[in-house]
Amino acid sequence: MNNASLLPIMALLPFLGALVPGLMIRAGRTACATFTAVPTILALVMLGLCAPDVFRGEVLQIEFEWLPALGLSVSFFLDGLGLLFAGMILFVGLLITLYARFYLSGDDPAGQFFTYLLLFQGAMLGIVLSNNILLLLIFWELTSLSSFLLIGYWTHLPEGRQGARMALTVTGMGGLSMIAGMLILGNIAGSYELTDILAAGDAIKSSDYYLPALLLILGGAFTKSAQFPFHFWLPHAMAAPTPVSAYLHSATMVKAGVFLMARMWPALAGTDAWFYAVGTVGLITMVLGALIALFKDDLKALLAFSTVSHLGLLTMMLGFGTEAAAIGAVFHIINHLTFKAALFMTAGIVDHEAHTRDIKRLGGLRHLMPITFVIAVIAGLSMAGIPLFNGFLSKELMLEEAAHTDWRGSHYAVPILATLGALLSVAYSFRFISHTFFGPVRDDYPAKPHDPNFGMWAAPGLLVVLVLLIGIFPQATVGPLVELAATAVVGHELHHWHDLKIWHGVTPALIMSAIAVLGGLILLALHRPLERLWNAVPRPEAKVIFDHVVGWAVAGSDWIAHKTHNGAISRYLAIFVVSTLALGAIAASGGGLAPATRALLPVPPLAWIGFLLLVVAAIAVVLLHRERFLSLILISIVGLGVSGGFVYLSAPDLALTQISVETVTIMLMLLALHFLPKSTPAESGIFRRVRDGAIALGVGGAVASLTFAFLLRDFSSISEFHLTQSKVGGGGTNVVNVILVDFRGYDTFGEIIVLGIAGLIIYALMHALLDGPAARRLRNWEFTQERSRDRHPMLMVIATRVMLPMTAMVGVYIFLRGHNEPGGGFVAGLIIAIALLMQYMASGFGWAQERQRIEYHAMIGWGVAIAGLTGTAAWLFGKPFLTSSFGYFHIPPIEEFELATAMAFDLGVFLTVLGAVMLMLYSLSRIARYAGETVNTAAMDYDPSQGIRETTEEER
Amino acid sequence: MELIVAATVGVLTSAGIYLILRLRTFPVILGMAMLSYAVNVFLFSTGRLATGMPPVLDHHAKHVDPSLYTDPLPQALVLTAIVISFGMTAVLVLISLGAFLEAKHDKIDISDEEADA
Repeated sequence: MNNASLLPIMALLPFLGALVPGLMIRAGRTACATFTAVPTILALVMLGLCAPDVFRGEVLQIEFEWLPALGLSVSFFLDGLGLLFAGMILFVGLLITLYARFYLSGDDPAGQFFTYLLLFQGAMLGIVLSNNILLLLIFWELTSLSSFLLIGYWTHLPEGRQGARMALTVTGMGGLSMIAGMLILGNIAGSYELTDILAAGDAIKSSDYYLPALLLILGGAFTKSAQFPFHFWLPHAMAAPTPVSAYLHSATMVKAGVFLMARMWPALAGTDAWFYAVGTVGLITMVLGALIALFKDDLKALLAFSTVSHLGLLTMMLGFGTEAAAIGAVFHIINHLTFKAALFMTAGIVDHEAHTRDIKRLGGLRHLMPITFVIAVIAGLSMAGIPLFNGFLSKELMLEEAAHTDWRGSHYAVPILATLGALLSVAYSFRFISHTFFGPVRDDYPAKPHDPNFGMWAAPGLLVVLVLLIGIFPQATVGPLVELAATAVVGHELHHWHDLKIWHGVTPALIMSAIAVLGGLILLALHRPLERLWNAVPRPEAKVIFDHVVGWAVAGSDWIAHKTHNGAISRYLAIFVVSTLALGAIAASGGGLAPATRALLPVPPLAWIGFLLLVVAAIAVVLLHRERFLSLILISIVGLGVSGGFVYLSAPDLALTQISVETVTIMLMLLALHFLPKSTPAESGIFRRVRDGAIALGVGGAVASLTFAFLLRDFSSISEFHLTQSKVGGGGTNVVNVILVDFRGYDTFGEIIVLGIAGLIIYALMHALLDGPAARRLRNWEFTQERSRDRHPMLMVIATRVMLPMTAMVGVYIFLRGHNEPGGGFVAGLIIAIALLMQYMASGFGWAQERQRIEYHAMIGWGVAIAGLTGTAAWLFGKPFLTSSFGYFHIPPIEEFELATAMAFDLGVFLTVLGAVMLMLYSLSRIARYAGETVNTAAMDYDPSQGIRETTEEER
Repeated sequence: MELIVAATVGVLTSAGIYLILRLRTFPVILGMAMLSYAVNVFLFSTGRLATGMPPVLDHHAKHVDPSLYTDPLPQALVLTAIVISFGMTAVLVLISLGAFLEAKHDKIDISDEEADA
């Protein structure tokens, strides 16, 4: 098997795995964490299997078509950069799973947490493995959504909810901008396949649309990677549980933007626009983030701004656009991951054990938490960029590049600012270590701090071991990986690769480093007065600005919504109808009309009578619609007229269906009218009535002329196929039924599902009503209607009971003949429903319900299931879904008959229709019963078999 | 015949439109039912009119002559449309009933007080 086929499985695994912890939410943290680790480990193993190929220089690729017309395919590829990121995502994901197992308390819903975590991991993995930029965008949006769930995981914390919303708004908007940019890019390159785009770099850079595409894509990358001025969401996302922060802000979410810039490097980098946009933003972010970090008291906020600063560093390096900068960026991605994840976990441990992460309330923890102290010191020194720790090496590469970079002709701007960034970085790193762990032991910690158990410090411990190993043996540990990934970033063989080493001699970078360390220490010593100064200087608060902007947007949307949707539904309808009419008029005025090709059919007197009846009834409904009972009777005449028309115009199936539906509809409306006002008050004035009348006549006239126009013209139809194939292909002579159950069975399948859903909606609505305030009204219902004394007359009871088997027989007959003669599942279902309804009406609800053995919901379910199973049965014979087959059988003494699988499908239709109709009417009568309608348990008010009882003395 | 079918569609549509522009739920439901008739007849008539030619094949004929039968396809579409419009009417009826019971009136338009609440 080719290793490339592992890629889609790898991308899919976390999503599949995400189902498990969510389902076993009660199984506890250990079980959930274990089942989260399984897909991660499996994916890591697969990645390991692919790694040798990638190191040999191969690019693994696999592609499946999805929507080829849109250029969207499910295609994955794995090269050095993908390997690096996929490895980081999975490896850190595993560590986070372990850490979260011990970090979360027993009260937190661990199943949810791990499900979100795996969703997020899957989305990230999708981004780094996608070879189609449209697919990449889908995963990109998925990371925004799943990180929203993770950040807002503690739903009871308002900061968590606000932070999650802010993150979603900012990264979501960036995502939109990136979609636009990617579409432009795809258009320039003529393909949405990433490998094609990367190969078309020169064409892209010389295109007129290069700049808009670049800026839009950077909009996505900058928001995701929290670059200035979008950096503000990241610190607010710190309200998330610490494992989330550690994962999102070290290895994944915020690195997605950096990944994207690295990925697009061959296609977009190397121009002035790229250098000034990316390089400058990165430089500003680096310095600004580090400056703010120095004055944050919350450990996690400090680390968050430090992350912002380091992301700025990475962005700046990518912005430089040189090969050496790309190598440095890749190296720093690895180093930042190791020390930052460890630091976040350390901050989480301190928070967990000391119950505060406020740096002002901490200090002196080195004696109380020695293990945590050691971890924090190693990771912190690496963040500061002290030699022998890995952060030093990549920072040197950065300073070295910065020293050679001109910005608008100035030789000093970049080096000085870069040194300043490094200096501030040293200051806040040492502050993190010294103000938390050094100083005297205090006696006012909110809790008694002590080292956590092994499970919690194992993950950060492992990470700091890596920090040291990479710091001392860089080439032996990660050298080949950095070389591989950097090759993938620049898109060609590296021309200036030097093995990574600790000592480069006395270079400008080393001098800048030394200045940074010394300056940083001085800054730390002056921290107290500087902090007073910092607090005294006014500065814009990003969250306030953000809240204002959101507030304006909400007010604007509110205004538009209220202006257009003022609640007058009749007005919307009028506007809608009139605009449709106007559009139709415009369309009709455009083209001419071909001459009529069909002659008029003659109209026999009977048709005239039917037509007049129908028109008179329709007009009467309009005129008398205030009298509701009367208008119901009148509208049923219209329905009858329509079915009569169907009979005359060669549509027996339609006539049968229409007439049975008509019956059921009228019954339903009668039942509902029981609780509705019996008449409609006259509310609209004469102007309104004339207006509505004019609209109605206009539309009616238009529709009538349209109908008349096409009735007189011939057309080409595909029906010839249906007619000729009905018998030979579908085995039935009733073409309409064969179309329903065979040719267009898929439609019918959908339709019965819709009908079943309609039934269930009504059932659910009934339940909602009986639980809400309506229930009180129903309980105190006053029936004003005069009522019959004999509600279940004997004559009707007897008659309907005699009729039941006969009607049932008719139903079965209509069903069985449906394939060859007018009839079928739809009509049969309605007929049986009417037969049952008659029992309810004649003998009463209670009596009938007692004898009802099958639940109507179950009937709907069975119906859909039977229809679906019949369809899938075709698969067993290697045919597509819903392929039918038929045969002729002869069982004496019955004459030869035919059985088609379509019949089983029709049975499903029958059951669904029956179940849905009955469920609807049953729900309405439940409401009636709730309103205090008396329920008889005997079939009749008098039971004649008992004889007439003598009235006793007491009763008299 | 074509003329009266077209007129029927027109009358049913007009009646339906007028009724759905009323201010109470019940006339609107009647209007929707009326519009369903109109749409069904309209769809049906796209197969053109024919009398005495139902699309039920002759059992004994060896070959099918399509010119002897009316167009079955619109009929199949309308058949399901009739059943679906019943489902829709039923849902509508129950929603309007629920609205009446909860809001104590059966007006279609939302008043300003209700909109604010």
